[in-house]
Amino acid sequence: MKNRKRLVENIVHGIFLIMGLITVGFVLIITVYLVVSGIPAIREIGLIEFLFGKTWASTAAEPSYGILPFILTSIYGTAGAIVVGVPIGFLAAVYLAKLARPSVKKVMRGAVSLLAGIPSVVYGLVGMLVLVPGIRKVFDIPDGASLLAAIIVLAIMILPSIINVSMTALEAVPKEYEDASLALGATPVETYFRVSVPAARSGIAAAVVLGVGRAIGEAMAVMMVSGNAPNMPSSLFQSVQFLTTAVASEMAYSGGLQRQALFSIALVLFLFIMLTGAVLNFFLKRSREG
Amino acid sequence: MLTGKLSRRRRAYITVMRALMWVSIALTAALVLFLIAYIAVKGIPNITWELLSTEPSYLKGRIGILPDILNTLYIVLATLVIVVPLGVGAAIYLTEYASNRRIVGAVEYAAETLSGIPSIIYGLVGMLFFCQFMGLKTSIIAGALTLAIMNLPTIMRTTQESLKTVPQSYREGAFGLGAGKWRVIRTVVLPGCVDGVITGCILSVGRILGESAALLFTAGFAHILNGVFEGLASPGATLTVALYVYAKEQGEFEVAFAIAAILMALTLLINLAASAVGRYFDRRKSL
Repeated sequence: MKNRKRLVENIVHGIFLIMGLITVGFVLIITVYLVVSGIPAIREIGLIEFLFGKTWASTAAEPSYGILPFILTSIYGTAGAIVVGVPIGFLAAVYLAKLARPSVKKVMRGAVSLLAGIPSVVYGLVGMLVLVPGIRKVFDIPDGASLLAAIIVLAIMILPSIINVSMTALEAVPKEYEDASLALGATPVETYFRVSVPAARSGIAAAVVLGVGRAIGEAMAVMMVSGNAPNMPSSLFQSVQFLTTAVASEMAYSGGLQRQALFSIALVLFLFIMLTGAVLNFFLKRSREG
Repeated sequence: MLTGKLSRRRRAYITVMRALMWVSIALTAALVLFLIAYIAVKGIPNITWELLSTEPSYLKGRIGILPDILNTLYIVLATLVIVVPLGVGAAIYLTEYASNRRIVGAVEYAAETLSGIPSIIYGLVGMLFFCQFMGLKTSIIAGALTLAIMNLPTIMRTTQESLKTVPQSYREGAFGLGAGKWRVIRTVVLPGCVDGVITGCILSVGRILGESAALLFTAGFAHILNGVFEGLASPGATLTVALYVYAKEQGEFEVAFAIAAILMALTLLINLAASAVGRYFDRRKSL
């Protein structure tokens, strides 16, 4: 009887152990698959040629596989989204966390979580029919599907994460800091920007890095508004392709070396994401330690 | 207030900052209102009973989204059935069993990594692993397995949070009465984490509804009417994927907006459900 009970306990322990480790297993599977399927094309094309080649012509008679246009587009697009989205999100977060009336705060919280929950294809759809024609008219260019349209859509899509994470960081600032500043004669607005914000800077930095991760990884919304031509991103109005959209748009009909090269692009994207993840962890750790 | 006595520079700073904050909030609010209004106006008139209750037919020249609705339902259910036991199990292992800090660290790091990976990469790996390596082909079940990995961190995290609120004294009481670890988990710990599991499920449903990139290459984009078991084994588009296909590939914007309106309504519903569940359990716990 006692032995049987111990046996059951051990079996159950083993099952839970396996369930716990399955997460690690998935990460390993993803990493291994990306590396194994991404390396062959890089070896065949040559690392330098692949990363710094300026032309991507995967279906041409003499194909050329340079992904510098995608890398630069992803970097510019993400940087643009950060430049547009972060100030708005940050200022909104300060207002909501510190100054807003409870009723306003509640309504806006709901609005922000709706924004976060809207599927990316819906953003893409609205972008396609509102933003793209708008850009075409305002700037008088033949096609509005451009890097600029993608930047605006991405900025909107990272807004909720920026607002939510910054708000959490700002709300965690000890009230004593603010009280001390107010007692010394600073006004509330001065206090929030010169005391609370610096105190919450690691959390706000984490919000920005989270936004970077979101923006780099977004595929569908961007695919619907950016035009999808593998140009070097030399102007905001160029039709461009991101790392994510290059993979998504060609995967369905690819074969041979082209297909392998797409896996290599995914590997590059994965490395970018792991890098932002490491930076994010650094800031989160620092903000937890205060 | 005090503003009268402040120097001009300080007053200007305060005014500018206030104005900037106002503009940001107004922009955010206007954006949300615009999205809701635009999609409602463009989408709701296109939602007809015929659209909701039929399958697309070239012969009759009509588009129906019933298959997409059913596929969405199948994929949500299949994903939850796969992910909930795994997520809850992992959370229980971490809070109840794990004593080795390195294992805990590794699992938590893995969960963080999983939640940062973009869906297009899940789509690719899902295609390689589930569709090709495991031979499931492009099918709803392959899509559901892919989404299960994506949602594992969510379920794990919400369950873990609610396990932390189960008082230690309950466990000790049960151990004191002579219960084994498994029995304590079954009778004390598991009932205590129901709220976390429900919250996790709601969040996951939201993510599954919104997912498209991970499903394009794993579940495909067919619009064929299927029963549950047939449906799981064959390719099929969810509503979100169908929206993409209709808007981008076929230029059927009316259908796309109708689907967008449905998805918006569902998103709203899910957000309300999540906060209602949160409030319900908070109240019960504080009693």
